[in-house]
Amino acid sequence: MTQEKDYDIDKIRKDFPILHQKVHDKPLVYLDNAATTQKPRQVIDKVNEIYSIKNSNIHRGVHFLSNQLTEEYETSREVVQHFINARHKHEIVFTNGTTHSINTIAFSYGEKYVNEGDEVIISEMEHHANIVPWQMLCERKNAKLKVIPVNDKGELILDTYKQLLSEKTKIVAITHVSNTLGTINDLKTVIKLAHEKNIPVLIDGAQSIQHEKVDVQALDCDFYVFSGHKVYGPNGTGVLYGKEKWLEDIPPYQTGGEMIQNVSFEKTTFNELPFKFEAGTPNYVGAIGTAEALKYMENIGFNAILDHERNLLNYATEKLTSIDGFKIYGESKDKISVISFLLNNIHHYDTGMVLDKLGIAVRTGHHCTEPLIKHFNIDGTVRASFAIYNKKEEVDALYDGLLKVKQMFG
Amino acid sequence: MTLEKKQQEVIEEFQMFDDWMDKYNYLIELSKDISEMPPEQKTEDNLIEGCQSKVWLHAELDNGALKFSADSDAIITKGIIALLIEVLSGRSPKEIKDADLYFIDQIGLKENLSPTRSNGLVAMINKIKAYAMAYEAKQNQ
Repeated sequence: MTQEKDYDIDKIRKDFPILHQKVHDKPLVYLDNAATTQKPRQVIDKVNEIYSIKNSNIHRGVHFLSNQLTEEYETSREVVQHFINARHKHEIVFTNGTTHSINTIAFSYGEKYVNEGDEVIISEMEHHANIVPWQMLCERKNAKLKVIPVNDKGELILDTYKQLLSEKTKIVAITHVSNTLGTINDLKTVIKLAHEKNIPVLIDGAQSIQHEKVDVQALDCDFYVFSGHKVYGPNGTGVLYGKEKWLEDIPPYQTGGEMIQNVSFEKTTFNELPFKFEAGTPNYVGAIGTAEALKYMENIGFNAILDHERNLLNYATEKLTSIDGFKIYGESKDKISVISFLLNNIHHYDTGMVLDKLGIAVRTGHHCTEPLIKHFNIDGTVRASFAIYNKKEEVDALYDGLLKVKQMFG
Repeated sequence: MTLEKKQQEVIEEFQMFDDWMDKYNYLIELSKDISEMPPEQKTEDNLIEGCQSKVWLHAELDNGALKFSADSDAIITKGIIALLIEVLSGRSPKEIKDADLYFIDQIGLKENLSPTRSNGLVAMINKIKAYAMAYEAKQNQ
C-alpha cells in the first residue's frame, strides 16, 4: 500500500508532539486510540492559552475575562452543533464524558418515563458505561433490561431486536461502534424500528465520532453522546446531544450552579436549555479544547480521514492475518479501524507485555465489555486501534512484534 | 539460605540481563520449572483478585514451613509468582510475614510490571502475606 496521495501523514504526525518519543528505547507506536487519542498542538496550545491569559469562570462575571471566555464557551457549543449537525445550539450539553452523558439520560429520562414492568433495550456489545446505568435504573424502577445478542462475526442480530421491541420498551440504548470489535452498527434500521413504536433511541458515539461524519438529524436519533478525549480533545469532557423536545421534557440530573434560575427554600426553578443540564462550574477549558479538536478534524476532512483509516485497517488486517495462528475477533463487513485479536493460545496479557517493551502500546483484557468477551468464550483480547496519525510502518512494527511474541511463547 | 542471601542472589541474577526481553525470557523459563498445581487447588478462594490474568496461589504448613503452589494462565505472570515462591517457599510464617521484599524493586519488577491493576504483583504479595499471617495465628493457638 502506498500512503494516500492527498493525505499528508508526516504533517499530521508533526502536530502531535507526544508521538515523537522513545519508550523502552524504541520509537513509540501508539495503537491504543480506542482508549484515548493523543492531542494535536492546536488543542494543547488552546488549553495553554486559556490558562495563561483567558481563565475566568463563565456566565457569572460582569468583567472582561468572564465575558470573553463565556463567549468562547458558547461558540464552542456552536462548533459541536455544526459538527454533528444538530438543529439547535441548545441541544448540545457539555458533560464530563460519555459515561456522564449516559448516566444523565438513564436518570432523567428514566425518572420520568420508566416504571415497574417496563423494559429498556441495550445490546450484548455495549461498553459497561452503556450497561450499568440502565441496569441501575431497572433496579430502581423494577423494570427489565433486554439485550440484543450478537452473532459470531460480532454483528447485532436485528431479527431478535425486532422481537424484543414492544409497548413495554421505553428506550433503546445502543453503541454506534463497538469499542472491542470495531463493528459499525446499522443505526438507521435500529432507530427506524424503534421509532415505528415511538420509542426513543440513545446512541453511544464514543467510538464513532472520531472516525466518521455523524449527522444526528439524518440519523434521527433522540440522544447522541460522546467524549472529547477520544476525538483528540482534552480529558474530562463530553457531549450530550438530545432532541429539544426530550431535553425540555425530562427533569435535570445534577443540581446546583448555573442550572438554577431561582432558588428559595420553598421552591427552585431551573434554567433553560442547555444550562438545565450543566450543573456546577462546567469544564469550560475542556469544552473549548474539544471544539478546537473538532475544528482540527474538519480541517483534515472526514473523507480523507475515512480513506486513510480504512486503508490502514485493510493493510493491517491483511498483513496480520498472514501470521499463522492470528485470530481476529470482530469480522463485521462494516468496521472502523480496530483489530481485536489473539495469537495462538498465547495469553493477551503476555502479548501486551512484550509489545510494550518493544515500544508498542496496545490494550489487553476485556475492554470494559465483559458480556461481549464472554460471548466468544475467551478472557480477553489484544486490541490495536488506529487513528489519523498512524502509518503503515507502525502496522509493520506490530507485525514484527507479534513474530517476536510467537517466538518467545511459541 | 537466608532470605537476605536469597534476595541478593536474585538481584545478581537479574543484573546479568541486558534488556527486558532477557528478563521476560528468564521469567518464562521459571514458569516452566514450577511444579504443576493440582487442579483441586485451583479454587475461587485461591484465585488472586486484581490481575488481568488468572493467578491461583495455595499454601500449606509443613513442619513449621510454608509450602506454596501456584499457577497462572499468563506465562510471564506465572514466572513472577514462581520467582516469589522460589524466594519464600520453605520459610516460616513469621519470616514471610515480616519479610521486606526489597529485591522486587531492585530487579525492576515493581516499576515495570505493576502499573495499577495490570499484573497484580502487589495482590500476589498481599496474598502470600495473608497466608503467612493466618498460619502464624494458627501456630500460636
